[in-house]
Amino acid sequence: MKLTKRMEKLNLRARDSIHGALWLAPSIAGVAAFYVVPFFIVVYYAFINSPLRAEFVFFDNFERLFQNQAFKLAASNTLRFSVVSVPLAVILSLGIALMLEARIPLRSQFRTFFLSPLMVPVASVVLIWQVLFHPNGAVNEFIELFGVQGIDWMQSELNQVVVVVLFLWKNLGFNMILFMAALSNIPKDVLETADTEGAGPIRKLFYIKLRYLSPTLLFVTIFSLINSFKVFREIYLLTGDYPYEGLYMLQHFMNNIFRALDYQRLASAAVVMTVAMVIIIAALFVMEERFGRDVEE
Amino acid sequence: MRRFFGRGTLFAVSAVFALLFLMPTALTISNSFMTQSEIEVNYGMIFESTKPGVGSYVGDSVNLKFIPDKVSFNQYATVLFKSPEYLLKFWNSVILVIPIVFFQVAIAAFAAYSFTRFRSKIKNAIFFFYIVLMLMPYQVTMVPNYLVAEYLGILGSRWAVIFPGVFAPFSVFLLTKFMRRIPSSLIEAAKLDGANEFQIFTGVCLPQCRSALYSIAILVFIDYWNMVELPIILMDDAGALPLSVYLSTINAGEAGIAFAIAVVYMIPPLFLFLHGEEALVEGITHSGSVKG
Repeated sequence: MKLTKRMEKLNLRARDSIHGALWLAPSIAGVAAFYVVPFFIVVYYAFINSPLRAEFVFFDNFERLFQNQAFKLAASNTLRFSVVSVPLAVILSLGIALMLEARIPLRSQFRTFFLSPLMVPVASVVLIWQVLFHPNGAVNEFIELFGVQGIDWMQSELNQVVVVVLFLWKNLGFNMILFMAALSNIPKDVLETADTEGAGPIRKLFYIKLRYLSPTLLFVTIFSLINSFKVFREIYLLTGDYPYEGLYMLQHFMNNIFRALDYQRLASAAVVMTVAMVIIIAALFVMEERFGRDVEE
Repeated sequence: MRRFFGRGTLFAVSAVFALLFLMPTALTISNSFMTQSEIEVNYGMIFESTKPGVGSYVGDSVNLKFIPDKVSFNQYATVLFKSPEYLLKFWNSVILVIPIVFFQVAIAAFAAYSFTRFRSKIKNAIFFFYIVLMLMPYQVTMVPNYLVAEYLGILGSRWAVIFPGVFAPFSVFLLTKFMRRIPSSLIEAAKLDGANEFQIFTGVCLPQCRSALYSIAILVFIDYWNMVELPIILMDDAGALPLSVYLSTINAGEAGIAFAIAVVYMIPPLFLFLHGEEALVEGITHSGSVKG
């Protein structure tokens, strides 16, 4: 009797897992075929000297990659862009969310305005960006009102600024929505207790709100980081294939090796970036674990 | 009094920022109604300097105009009726993006159902792997995509872009998060009524996720409507490239209609936004944590 019951349970479980596998099959098959299996081939390519000779060369390809001037330039430009734009994207969007949290008039209209750039294709607004940041353009006219000499933005050292502004314009709305949702989920009684104990708005922000927001902070940071790697799109639309030096990103580097069809370099660059991404994401997860532990039930 | 002052300042700051955020879109739209000669006089120089091209008369300074001197619809007539090549590019975008949105969401619905209903240790590991894959930048995923497309012989055609898009894990991730919120009592009740898994899926899960499906479709749509990097690497037929890529190659000769093309290109996503803002906000909100 007992045995048959156990058999039945086992049977059910087996049926469940077969069922589960069936539902997942289309997605798994596609992911395997288009992402996972070819990724193993990428790893293989990264360690051989050429697809035809196929001799194992240990880390030679990586060594060559790290000595490559273009790769160094692209990596440092991309890093510089991310280091500047990601914190800005996180802090400014949190600021906007906090502003809209206060019950100001027209807040839902403002939310719409802040979110709208998400839905506007970059290709459609680069024209205006070129008008604004032209040497004789509106931005220069504006800063010249304050006696600052205008510059040729796209060709100057500051050309990353133009792209950072575009990046923030595009991405702040998405982050803002995440923060607004997280802010509204903070238990009201915790904030009220803080009020009665005489905590000011600054203390409430740092000691209560940020604690509760930490999972959201992690997510927004990861998402902004991913999006900062995608910024090639904006730069390509603004400047074409060959941008000025400060805007030469990893994606430009990849595009050029795609054109040269240098599989070894392509593969080793992809492997390096994968490793870097996994490390960064793992580090952010660990940080969140440390920082946000005491608010999770 | 102090409180009122605080809120007044907040309102003013928010208003200034909100208007700044609206400005680029609004300027693009208002400038699209300028006559072609007005654009060439005011902005011609930009197209000259970034992409040296056909020389027509251009002004020697750049004047940002908020409102055109004379409203004209001629550029729209050119884009929509006289020169079919622009509508063709638009159509290229449509037939690239629509299959990706439809099949990505459909396949994700099945996968999400599996992740929701049949949980196991292996499933959780696979789900975590999907998240990691979702977080990989496309510089990384494009190389595998390229190799497969080459192997299958679809490199250069639009299928090289469509297939990886269809299986991208973003929808799976988001839809699973939505489905896990469906009260299990609803599913149990359907089971007691004798529904099989497929009936539970179509009768309980999908109707419960209707707004989620809509918001995910919007997010996927805007992501691919905007794409540039995949087509320029994976496709080689210039005639099949989407309008997003083409807009970057507009030269001085076409300056007069550039804004009109830009506006035509932003109409579908803006329409979706105005129509589905609440669903979109809900979708973004639920994407808000990587765990669980």
